[in-house]
Amino acid sequence: MAWVNAIIQGVLTGGLYALFACGLSLMFGVMKVVNLAHGDLAVVAGYVAIGVIAVTHIPVLWSFLIVVPVMALLGYVLQRTMIQSALDRSVLTTLMVTFGLSVVIENGLLQFFTANSRAIGTGLPLVSGSFKLGSQIQIGYLLVVVFAVAVVVLLGLQYFLSTSKYGRLIRAVADDREAAQLAGADYRHVFGIAAALAFGTVALAGIAYGMYSQLQPTTGTDTILLFAFAAVVIGGLGSLWGTLLGGVVLGVAQQIGAQINISNEVLAGYIVFLAVLVLRPQGLITRRAQS
Amino acid sequence: MSLAAETTARSAQKFRVTRSRRNVAWTGAGTLIVVVVLALFPYIVYSGTTTIMVQAFIVLTMASMWNLLAGYAGLVSVGQQVFVGLGAYFVLILAIHGTSPFAALPVAVIGCGVAALPLWWLVSRLRTGYFAIATWVLAATVMLIIEKFSSIGGGTGMPLPGLSGFSPALLTAYTYWAGLAVTVVALATIYLLLRGRLGLVLTAIRDDEVAARSSGARVGLARLLVFVVAGAGCGAAGAVLAISQLQVQPGAVFSVQWTAEMAFATIIGGLGTIEGPILGTVVYLVLQQTLATYNAWYLIILGLVAILVALFARRGLWGLVDEHLNVRLFPVGFWLRTTGTAGRSGAMKGTAKGDSEGGQ
Repeated sequence: MAWVNAIIQGVLTGGLYALFACGLSLMFGVMKVVNLAHGDLAVVAGYVAIGVIAVTHIPVLWSFLIVVPVMALLGYVLQRTMIQSALDRSVLTTLMVTFGLSVVIENGLLQFFTANSRAIGTGLPLVSGSFKLGSQIQIGYLLVVVFAVAVVVLLGLQYFLSTSKYGRLIRAVADDREAAQLAGADYRHVFGIAAALAFGTVALAGIAYGMYSQLQPTTGTDTILLFAFAAVVIGGLGSLWGTLLGGVVLGVAQQIGAQINISNEVLAGYIVFLAVLVLRPQGLITRRAQS
Repeated sequence: MSLAAETTARSAQKFRVTRSRRNVAWTGAGTLIVVVVLALFPYIVYSGTTTIMVQAFIVLTMASMWNLLAGYAGLVSVGQQVFVGLGAYFVLILAIHGTSPFAALPVAVIGCGVAALPLWWLVSRLRTGYFAIATWVLAATVMLIIEKFSSIGGGTGMPLPGLSGFSPALLTAYTYWAGLAVTVVALATIYLLLRGRLGLVLTAIRDDEVAARSSGARVGLARLLVFVVAGAGCGAAGAVLAISQLQVQPGAVFSVQWTAEMAFATIIGGLGTIEGPILGTVVYLVLQQTLATYNAWYLIILGLVAILVALFARRGLWGLVDEHLNVRLFPVGFWLRTTGTAGRSGAMKGTAKGDSEGGQ
């Protein structure tokens, strides 16, 4: 029964990891940018949410309505300025610039908000409560809600990309930038829109993690960025549903590792990631051939 | 005389290919003097100064290695701290078994070079951003595995044994010389590698990978060699780090902060030149010492400067020096010079310059 519990918990945490990953995946898919500051920006979103809640005393769930648009706007601005000008130089420059941004954000948070961990206290029964399946399996409502949100976000992204005007533009620019430009698309603006979408999901991920666990300045890299990347690689590149699958596999691997010994949780996830890298790198190779 | 032979003969008269516009003998003599003076430092300056210098040696060695990876081979690794940590742990393990940490240093360097082979096998298929994060995950994985062994300190680490026999002054001096030796060997290795065949292959890859491959350049082998050398070099820096800190903590030696410092020093100094990391390390040291009392501020400022340099002055500080003064202390490329009467006198800069600069 303990193993069944581990698998169920793993599947549900997989939803959280898919939420971490979809912004990373989207930005790589459209702009070929691997944003190394991805996780730190999620932590920033979490800290902003904590600040907004503390100052305005609004209900926790309302904080999403403020933080997600703010982060999306930040994404558009960052893409149009820093990331775009790095991209105009070379792919390696985008790596150096986003890595620099990651270190600056992480140490900035450390400097201004100390290394103390902070949680987004919700106080809502929906979030802190749980229900029981049988006698041994206890499932937190929060994880179920996060999983549902992840599925809704992935569905929404897919719907947006395949049917809306901007979705078509994004796909066109991702497929062939020059051709899209010839047809009149302003690719910089389209990149900005894609970054705004990605940063919106980053904000969701940061706040969700702040509710589920605790945020520290280092959470952005050692948890969010690396888990997101592992989920993307395990699931296969370029597919939003692959991202969900990758998140679920990573979550299950971690929970099974933790079941063997609690100190194995993170390591088990990385070992599965490395195994996939060695045994099933097809997705990686096709992507390499394109870029 | 056939036309082709005549053309060759004529161009041989008019052009001369040299390593540098100037005679490099003075650079060699200057380097020798600098190294000798640096070697005498423990007799001249206070031990506080040598301790700071050891830190500079560690950062300079790591930055030069990162420069080799990113500036010459186009491999942006964010996981180089894995070798810093492994180097420190090799020294710790050998010291636990009775070897002097100083004798363990060369073993740690070789160990890290060997450890780079399986790690390269894991990440070699990946490019650019995916390579960067994958190396980061590897570093985290190796740290988690090492933390499993309680005999080498587990998750908390342990003090480095085997150094209690030295008097404090002697230990400081030995540590300093070890750091200096590692730095000199690292820079000499990189210089000789880049002057040789590898430098040409890497320049060819940088300009056009497909063309380089089709001309028979062994691209994979060149990258593997760079990764192994960079691994061994960062391992050497980690070994010196362990000796200078007198202890090994997994969280500290496997910290991504090392990669941040090596990358920022390289980017600020100038990516793709041997001189760049040296200049970058000076900037790093000045900032770090000035802001020593303000915790992480030096890293924040270094990061911001590195972002600005990467965006607006891609060749870094050394690039600016080179642009205005035309100086190369460690020339690894070639210059095409006109010597005949037909051509303009003096060196033809730019078009014929096969120098490795500017990264990607």
